[in-house]
Amino acid sequence: MNNLLVLPFLIPFAVGAILILFSKRIGLQRFLSGLTAILMLGVAIYLLSVVRAEGVVVLEVGNWSAPFGIVLVADLFAAIMVLMSAIVGLLCLFFAFRTIAPEREKFYFYPFYFFLLTGVNGAFLTGDIFNLFVFFEVMLISSYVLIVMGGTNYQLRESLKYVVMNIFASILFIATMAFTYAVTGTLNMAQLAERVAELEQVGVLNVIAMFYFIVFGMKGALFPLYFWLPRSYFGPPAAVAALFGGLLTKVGIYAIIRTFTLIFPHNQEFTQPILIWVGAVTIVIGGLGAVSNFDFKRILSYHIVSQVGYMVIGLGLYTSLAVAAAIYYIVHNIIVKTALFLYAGTAQRITGTTDLKQMGGLLKTHPLLGWMFFITGIAIAGIPPFSGFVSKLSLVVSSFETEHYVVGGIALAVGMLTLFSMIKIFMYVFWGEQKHTKAQGKTKVGDLLLPAIPLVILTTVLGVAAQPILSFFLEASNQLLDPSIYIDSVLKGGGA
Amino acid sequence: MEILMSITVGVLFMVGTYLLLTKSLLRIVLGLILLSHGAHFLLLTMSGLQSGTPPLLNLNSEAYADPLPQALVLTALVISFGMTSFLLVLSYRTYKAFKTDDLEQLRGSADE
Repeated sequence: MNNLLVLPFLIPFAVGAILILFSKRIGLQRFLSGLTAILMLGVAIYLLSVVRAEGVVVLEVGNWSAPFGIVLVADLFAAIMVLMSAIVGLLCLFFAFRTIAPEREKFYFYPFYFFLLTGVNGAFLTGDIFNLFVFFEVMLISSYVLIVMGGTNYQLRESLKYVVMNIFASILFIATMAFTYAVTGTLNMAQLAERVAELEQVGVLNVIAMFYFIVFGMKGALFPLYFWLPRSYFGPPAAVAALFGGLLTKVGIYAIIRTFTLIFPHNQEFTQPILIWVGAVTIVIGGLGAVSNFDFKRILSYHIVSQVGYMVIGLGLYTSLAVAAAIYYIVHNIIVKTALFLYAGTAQRITGTTDLKQMGGLLKTHPLLGWMFFITGIAIAGIPPFSGFVSKLSLVVSSFETEHYVVGGIALAVGMLTLFSMIKIFMYVFWGEQKHTKAQGKTKVGDLLLPAIPLVILTTVLGVAAQPILSFFLEASNQLLDPSIYIDSVLKGGGA
Repeated sequence: MEILMSITVGVLFMVGTYLLLTKSLLRIVLGLILLSHGAHFLLLTMSGLQSGTPPLLNLNSEAYADPLPQALVLTALVISFGMTSFLLVLSYRTYKAFKTDDLEQLRGSADE
């Protein structure tokens, strides 16, 4: 019993509710929300250290024992994800202070920002499929509001598609839960895992597993359900795009990894090829999309699609190293992607556009932005000594170890495409003739880059200190690959 | 009874899917509403439509009803109600902004 588990989503929920009352007082809102984000980071670090020391932490809400009541569970993977969401939440918030228009701030930007974090953290920590659904919805409704806030024509048109798509996915989710409950008679993840193991994962259970894959794949932007992402992430302001790009798709991937390691790992011959090949096609499509586009934000959005594929391949390979690589990839991607979207926002602030062909020569007027982009860009392309290198290396190594040579080859080849599109951004935006006016060239962006600096440091640290960090992620992946740890701590050890 | 409900669910899904595939905005919203009703019925039906006393300690009975599906469906219902109202407002705003509810014209740029 540890009430600590409630805090990561209770704090943002309560603060978000309080902030609604002060919607017209921007200064107070900023102060409160900044304080809360720092507090959440503290809680997340403490949670991770507790989970590291004590193993899986379980909270039975309201003291109802495990299969009957609602449980919250934090294993290492969940705690890592909560920490990442706290980091991204904090940095994007500080970026938002400088960039979000006061009209947005007055119309409940901060409350919905925190409700979004409530949903994200809740989805990471819940031990119950139905609660996963509820937290998904909390996250989605806030994301709808944040993505459409501002109400330009482009935003209205694209977020309509985003909303319809996600509501359809939610309906599918309910239907899937109905089937799950009919077959197994439970929605508690640990008990579900136990019963699926007893029933042997064949026939209808495989169908249910695939349904979950489709539902979470829609939220995680996997091929062929990725098309909404590049267009809807183009509309909202950079702070929101960075938060979404860093965090939201990863919640879908988290749910896929959770269900396929805990509940449906028993029929690898069936699930493994599907996961691997969907992942492989996703990275190729994302890579090609990034190469073919000429817009800062769109290229970054296609990269999200591409990189989601790597994570799913890591899960599909299903060795200890491959899953660790997937976790590494998620962490690396959250950090780097957030930073890149923040640069896109900064460049947009300077030049007033995100179209590559109308930009140029930023390196002369804003060298710091240029070099920070350079570091992050080669980090995402997988060049040592940054974090992308280690994650891609361990993924490729494990694909060769399991004799998936083609997939390993695809992963490497698309790495080239990623590098190419990053170089393309660098050449168009930072090199070449200066296309922005002199007055624009004098725009001060130091305070905009401040939130991105910790991210650059983090990606370097993740790359340089690869050995201890990878072994830590291996610990997390071993915990994932042995579902009995999770099951026992929920059903037997709970309440202790 | 289960068979009747299953057929109802099937019809709801069929009509909902049909509406979802049309080009008019309002029909798509209606399609999603019908689909979500279908999903809620499915949730209720798949857990078995039992009759029995409420599962309370002081009530003695041969059969008890399972309270969980009802709690689930209530939650899902409330969520889909909120989502639907948001979607309606959003479609209305989009309609006002673009003066059309034809999705062909809401596609975006011509090359995509």
